[in-house]
Amino acid sequence: MTLLDVDDLSVRQADGHELLHGLSFTLARGERLGLIGESGSGKSLTALAILSLLPAGLTAHGSVLVSGTQVVGAADRRLDRVRGRAVSAVFQEPLMALDPLMRIGRQIAGPLRRRRGLRGAALRAAVLAALEEVRLPERIASAYPHEVSGGQRQRAAIAMALACEPDLLIADEPTTALDVSVQAEVLALLDGLVAEKGMALLFIGHDLAVVAGVADRLIVLRDGAVVESGRTEDIVKEPRHTYTRSLVHSAWEFEAELDRLAP
Amino acid sequence: MKGFVAGCVLVGVVLALAAVSLVWLPYDPADTSGARLVPPGGAHLLGTDKLGRDLLTHLMIGARIALTAGAGSVLLGGVLGVAAGLAAGFATRWLDDALAAALDALIAFPTLLLAMLVVAVREASLGSAVLAIGLAMSAVVARLTRILVKRVLAQDYITAARTSGSSWPRVIVEHVLPNIWPTLLVNLALQFGLAVLAEASLSYLGLGPPPPNASWGRLLHEAQATVLTAPVGAIAPGILLVVLVVGVNLVADGLRDLAPGRSR
Repeated sequence: MTLLDVDDLSVRQADGHELLHGLSFTLARGERLGLIGESGSGKSLTALAILSLLPAGLTAHGSVLVSGTQVVGAADRRLDRVRGRAVSAVFQEPLMALDPLMRIGRQIAGPLRRRRGLRGAALRAAVLAALEEVRLPERIASAYPHEVSGGQRQRAAIAMALACEPDLLIADEPTTALDVSVQAEVLALLDGLVAEKGMALLFIGHDLAVVAGVADRLIVLRDGAVVESGRTEDIVKEPRHTYTRSLVHSAWEFEAELDRLAP
Repeated sequence: MKGFVAGCVLVGVVLALAAVSLVWLPYDPADTSGARLVPPGGAHLLGTDKLGRDLLTHLMIGARIALTAGAGSVLLGGVLGVAAGLAAGFATRWLDDALAAALDALIAFPTLLLAMLVVAVREASLGSAVLAIGLAMSAVVARLTRILVKRVLAQDYITAARTSGSSWPRVIVEHVLPNIWPTLLVNLALQFGLAVLAEASLSYLGLGPPPPNASWGRLLHEAQATVLTAPVGAIAPGILLVVLVVGVNLVADGLRDLAPGRSR
């Protein structure tokens, strides 16, 4: 079953300048697609266009079907039903993704209350269950975002995104802002949860080693256009485009450096 | 923190005067049977004015008027300003530009001139003064609110909340207002002090509540002629004005330090 059908999606500025040119792909239940490219390549714009949350002044053209609902040009009322339920997202900066003045537990409770209609003790239990799922202790529920570490914040953001069991999760550079050791933990956690719940995953990143570790298929973006796409394995083994080749090459170089130091 | 406590004490003095005036006054404010320009002490604690009215009585009523003017203006200016600021913050670029220009024009217009306009249309009263001061204040509050809203809306947690399906009204109530509130509160406290001063200025010019309502500004004006023979009449309302305005400013400073999110 196709959860996400993006067809000829482009994003334009008010002056007509195109930032993303005709992107097309589909994503089915259980699939993991990686979107890779340098900053400014249009990765994050793609995520925001799918959520219909493009910043003011940018418009999406083409077609984006999320669980069969057309998102491009849809009214907010309709989108409020799609977001959080059919599709949810985790963003790059975990400190920024949480409201600094609201206890973490309450932030996770928000979608649970709205989407699943939970109240009182049932709501509290669901919040604790959501925290446990991302391996966070109970006390985090009553903490403010600035009181916990970056990794914990990102786990909380993941708990918030997954609270309503969306069919599709968009992860926009979810580990870029984290320390490398924490990065691996969060990735493993995300990987496990997506597999466990059978969700579809759209993983966005700039680090080939990270994206390739998570995604089955890759789309390589550059300057708003698709450079290359295909199975992760094929692209890593035999990159066809020069840009992809340089990506793969530099990833290997880091690897080689480690091998040289610690054979 | 010391400043905050001191501010609370200063504001508390004025609050106490106003509160007591509601249930008890030393003399009837219209009582002119006392001797004229009696110096402080004796039956009239702070003396009497040139009509033989008790000064303390009028100062207490003046405290009530000053606080009403401050609270009324802040309420009016706050509600109008926050509403307009939210609208501008959320508006499309075209409407936002128009609102911003209108606000700048309103801010450029002197409060006292606006007040004279309102008084000319209505009549000189506490209500007119509050209306004029509140309107002028709403422009300042709206401009601040607009900037604060824009800054909050650019944050990822708004996108995250929208991503999880929160509607705009809910985002405003749950995320936007709580995040702009601390800054807004500090500003409103400062505006309260400015409103008290504005009302005193209007009354001094005779555009405030008419006699026998003894606004501090009018007491200052009336004591002007006798300032050399009976200085207390001019000094006392002046001191009370300073006490209230300095107190409110200290409270505002304290609130800013106490505001959540500063430890971030």
